[in-house]
Amino acid sequence: MSAVVSPIREPLINGSKSYHDITEDICAPTEGTPNPAWVLCLAISFLGVALFGFCVFWTVYFGIGTWNLNRTINWSWDITNFVWWIGIGHAGTLISAILLLFRQKWRTGVNRAAEAMTIFAVICAGQFPLIHMGRIWLAFFIFPYPNTRGPLWVNFNSPLLWDVFAISTYFTISLLFWYTGLVPDLATLRDRSKGLRRKIYGFFSMGWTGSAKHWQRFESLSLILAGLATPLVLSVHTIVSFDFATSVIPGWHTTIFPPYFVAGAIFSGFAMVLTLMLIIRKVYKLQDYITLAHIESMNKVILLTGSIVGTAYLTELFISWYSGYIYEQFAFFNRALGPYWWSYFGMMSCNVLAPQIFWFKKWRRHIGMTFFMSIFINIGMWFERFVIIATTLARDYIPSSWSYYVPTWVEIGIFIGSMGLFFFLFLIFSRVAPVIAIAEVKSILKSSGDQYVGKNTVAHHHHEEEGAH
Amino acid sequence: MKSQNKEILYGLYDDDEDLLKAVKAANKDHLEMYDVFTPFPVHGLDPLMGFSESRLHIAGFVFGAMGTLTAFLFMTWVFTRDWPIIFGGKPYWSVPAFIPITFELTVLFSGIGMVVSYYIVNGLGFGVENPTLDDRITDDKFCIAFQTNGYSDAEIENLSSFFAKTGASEVSSKVI
Repeated sequence: MSAVVSPIREPLINGSKSYHDITEDICAPTEGTPNPAWVLCLAISFLGVALFGFCVFWTVYFGIGTWNLNRTINWSWDITNFVWWIGIGHAGTLISAILLLFRQKWRTGVNRAAEAMTIFAVICAGQFPLIHMGRIWLAFFIFPYPNTRGPLWVNFNSPLLWDVFAISTYFTISLLFWYTGLVPDLATLRDRSKGLRRKIYGFFSMGWTGSAKHWQRFESLSLILAGLATPLVLSVHTIVSFDFATSVIPGWHTTIFPPYFVAGAIFSGFAMVLTLMLIIRKVYKLQDYITLAHIESMNKVILLTGSIVGTAYLTELFISWYSGYIYEQFAFFNRALGPYWWSYFGMMSCNVLAPQIFWFKKWRRHIGMTFFMSIFINIGMWFERFVIIATTLARDYIPSSWSYYVPTWVEIGIFIGSMGLFFFLFLIFSRVAPVIAIAEVKSILKSSGDQYVGKNTVAHHHHEEEGAH
Repeated sequence: MKSQNKEILYGLYDDDEDLLKAVKAANKDHLEMYDVFTPFPVHGLDPLMGFSESRLHIAGFVFGAMGTLTAFLFMTWVFTRDWPIIFGGKPYWSVPAFIPITFELTVLFSGIGMVVSYYIVNGLGFGVENPTLDDRITDDKFCIAFQTNGYSDAEIENLSSFFAKTGASEVSSKVI
């Protein structure tokens, strides 16, 4: 596998790893006694899950009146959180699908964890539309099924229904993609273990043997699923943006929304991937596999998408002025200088100004700064959705119905609890399955290992070069 | 699943490049391989094994087309025959509004259909136990296996010398 690699390419696997080293290093976190830091994080996140459960119970038991929504502001934290989580859920499929089509090798170090993150983020996102319905026990009404009410069908012309299809399809395809990639690595865990553990991994690894024909089909399937998931990931946030864009509310009714939402989703998703990966590489000692080169590549994506989002904010402002339509003009004036000016300011500074620091290579490769920025961007992107949703609704056409909104403890508890749920699921995953795709990292070893490329290359590489000339 | 026990003689190689050379040598010697097992997809192996291109993409297309038709025809039937309602003064058959769901179901059917086909043709599934030759094949060993049912001693000797010649680090046999 002496693939042609540019000599200026940075290695993606450090420490002169052999195939066996890769197996050992990546399987280690799933074996032996758990790391105390992991146990502590699990306990804290479990408290979050409990909080989530309690606040959802409270909402369902007493009704939506326990939230501070009102007739004017009828969507707020619920839908903000939904869009925020769905946005975060976009990085995984982007990394695994779009970067697979672009043949980006740094994908292999982060795709597994990013896909898992996608699935857990979509699980969190899915809770919000369900609980905001109020009567959650009737949530199955959103599916078109033959019924005794006519049959009365759902409205296929409604973007809210498109959302149901988009998100359930996205969840299903992401899950299939992730699990199919996980099977060979679960087989690795199976073959390293004994007794009950071997039986359990044997069950979940589906009898994988590593047969050449299976690998061929595996690669073919991955490629086609990537081809399908690429337009899918773009469609999902496009459809989420339709929830707003197809309405007639000034500030929502804009054609820029689909690309702007998709860029924002990728932006926030990468920020969350960085938050998680920076912790994981440290706690699980995987710095040789998630290198500064990976972090720099992700920071470049953040810089690009952050700038797209920034351009979209400014374009919106310009167009609302240029349209000459006073309601549109007022909507944007109100966003920046109205009662929620602080959320607009938070959005602009976290999403547009702050990431500009990544124009400098020094900061793109700075771990502390990257971690700080990843948190910053997550906050900024939450503000963005809050600005779009609550600020716009707070000032509608009739000044007599203008209103202000602050969340109740129930709404805050559900949001914080959803983060607990997310981290709880992620921590469980990182303990039972390899957080890095073992087989995929092995397949790039000879083209990206630091003993083969880069400045630490050993004589072996020299020999190969001679062969090539 | 198959009633007949297979006698397998297999060699383990330490490196994917050694494996590719050995497979080439096996082809040259006209040795019929039972299978090759690797810890990761080794590029360049498929043509040497004489594999034709996987037909999973055809399955993907067929299932996808089923999804397209299911979604589009169902929505058409609901809004023109079963429960025609005017929304916002639009025609009953408002095709542009059907596109998002049609697209999503195309992807959904295609993805599920392809993944299920993949597991069925590979004979994989939850709880399936396929015999494995060596635990290190999913770690760092590359394996060439020959089925030796009814082989004479001379033929087995020939295979052993093939493994020795191509640099296999270990040679063993197993009945699976």
